[in-house]
Amino acid sequence: MIGALTILLVCQLAGEALARAANLSLPGPVIGLVLLLAILFVRRGVPPALRTTSQGLLANLGLLFVPAGVGVVTQLDALGRDWVAIVASLLVSTAAGLLATGWVMQRLLRRG
Amino acid sequence: MLFHLWVYLATTPLLGLTATLVAYVAAEAFSRATRRHALANPVLLAIVMLAALLLATHTPYAAYFQGGQYVHFLLGPATVALAVPMYLNLGRIRAAGRAIIPAVLAGAVVAAATAMLTARLFGASRVVVLSLAPKSVTTPIAMGVAEQIGGQASLAAVFVLCTGLLSTVLIGPLLRWARITDHRAVGLAGGTAGHGLATAYLLRTDETAGAFAGLAIGLNGIATALLVPLLARWLAG
Repeated sequence: MIGALTILLVCQLAGEALARAANLSLPGPVIGLVLLLAILFVRRGVPPALRTTSQGLLANLGLLFVPAGVGVVTQLDALGRDWVAIVASLLVSTAAGLLATGWVMQRLLRRG
Repeated sequence: MLFHLWVYLATTPLLGLTATLVAYVAAEAFSRATRRHALANPVLLAIVMLAALLLATHTPYAAYFQGGQYVHFLLGPATVALAVPMYLNLGRIRAAGRAIIPAVLAGAVVAAATAMLTARLFGASRVVVLSLAPKSVTTPIAMGVAEQIGGQASLAAVFVLCTGLLSTVLIGPLLRWARITDHRAVGLAGGTAGHGLATAYLLRTDETAGAFAGLAIGLNGIATALLVPLLARWLAG
């Protein structure tokens, strides 16, 4: 588990370093994700320890959002002022996003 | 006496960290008791409980975050860990490969553009507009992107959660209405527009849809991180 956690942190650190050094507009962890994906492709497989540790982390992903979400207490003014715009934006964009992806995917699958 | 104890505990990380875990475990138990009702989302419940606690006790967010940061830190490695299910899913779904990328890109652009434009139409402030832009993707990526383009990470986190909840409510009726019935298309749409919450929801009913949704989370995370900064420069006003 420690070995697997080390791999994850090394990828993240490399991602952060790369983002800074190359002035990329991608968050460091996303570059880390791409790096790990590349490593898995080269290795042609996932080491069992990395698999268990990742599954453990991702199974409890919800918990990890909580502290940031609580930060909403610092934004109550913005939410109170713009709540109509926020509700409208969330409804429209979620529906539009679902339809766009689903429609394009189904069209291309039928054609292909 | 009790007050002094509170003042002491409120300044140590232990209280914030423990409160986070207790709130989550309690919310998780409640969610199970309601047989995972979409509106009893444990993450949202835990946030509401903790936010109410902070407001009721006049505890500043910074004091809470001293403890919360230990949980928050794990978002980075968890984002990297998304590579593992992506890799495991990729092999299974090569056959649909050429359809996947355009479909995810369409969803990424449409969701971000409609989110920003609708919010602007209703006169939302710039910070809110920019925090809404990356709301379709998984929280750690959305927070990173929101901060980068001048939004607010905590607003983005809440918008991401609300989007996930909405997607689980909308996906069934909406896609049935649009006659999108292919499980691969339903799964990809769920993962692209509703990240992990939609994926967890789809996994309970259909494994194929769940696998495509899982892949879409990672792909849209990358697509959004690349495209939303450009779209924001163009559409956020």
